[in-house]
Amino acid sequence: MIGLQHYLVVSAILFVTGVLGIFINRKNVIIILMAIELILLSVNINLVAFSAFLGDLVGQVFSMFVLTVAAGEAAIGLAILVIYFRGRGTIAVDDVNRMKG
Amino acid sequence: MIHVVAFYLFATLVVCSGALTILSRNPVHSVLWLILAFFNAAGLMILLGAEFIAMLLVIVYVGAVAVLFLFVVMMLDIDFAELRAGFVDYLPFGLLIALVLLAEIVLGIGIWSAGPIELAQRAGPVNPELTNIQAIGALLYTRYIFLFEAAGIVLLVAMIGAIVLTHRARGGVRPQNIAKQNRRRPQDAVRNVNQPVGQGVEL
Repeated sequence: MIGLQHYLVVSAILFVTGVLGIFINRKNVIIILMAIELILLSVNINLVAFSAFLGDLVGQVFSMFVLTVAAGEAAIGLAILVIYFRGRGTIAVDDVNRMKG
Repeated sequence: MIHVVAFYLFATLVVCSGALTILSRNPVHSVLWLILAFFNAAGLMILLGAEFIAMLLVIVYVGAVAVLFLFVVMMLDIDFAELRAGFVDYLPFGLLIALVLLAEIVLGIGIWSAGPIELAQRAGPVNPELTNIQAIGALLYTRYIFLFEAAGIVLLVAMIGAIVLTHRARGGVRPQNIAKQNRRRPQDAVRNVNQPVGQGVEL
């Protein structure tokens, strides 16, 4: 029988995949953004799994807000990416020093 | 039985397509694998009985976010081979971090699942008489209405931010000036002339 642990393990593997994606694609910011989407997806699976197994709907409501923030984050991230590309002609982000921070 | 088979199918596919998302050479393929991952995650959520979130995932992620990614990947002229340099250098360190993190999370799940789960109180208990979408609607538009509106504001700010960031005023174009058009009155623009016969019109 499939229990809560199965879903949590799937979500954990997906989360770790996202973290690994950020590490190994250090230069390509598009893949980094996709890896962040994977991390947020795993969080969503986690929230919905807990919501279903504990019989509490608030997890699903919260998962909707995570979804909203993920969509906004993708839009802003890609907009920043587009203007960065316009200025530099590349999206290699391993040596970003525009703001001299 | 079918539930178990479906779970393992969706779980395997979501993990595999997640891995291929970060390992693909071509970012367009990455986006397509990401779409497959979202679809299978939606399948997992349907198995959990959260149909609304599953459909939302398909609509928002596949319909909007993934298409946005695809659009940006194809719009920008990028040498992706150059961006892959250093992939192998970062791999051992990344794998180490990932394995440690995974071990920690799985250990955490194991320890946590050793004891019984009991919530003292449920914030939004599931009513078996209502369908999933009815129950979520009843919760979302009553107790969580302000959070719902805050989510709307987040999306509005994201939309305005994206437009402001990427908008640029280009020279040499003649855009429509609606205020100027509305200010223009007939008496400024039209002249009635009682034209004598046989003479040219003076404009």
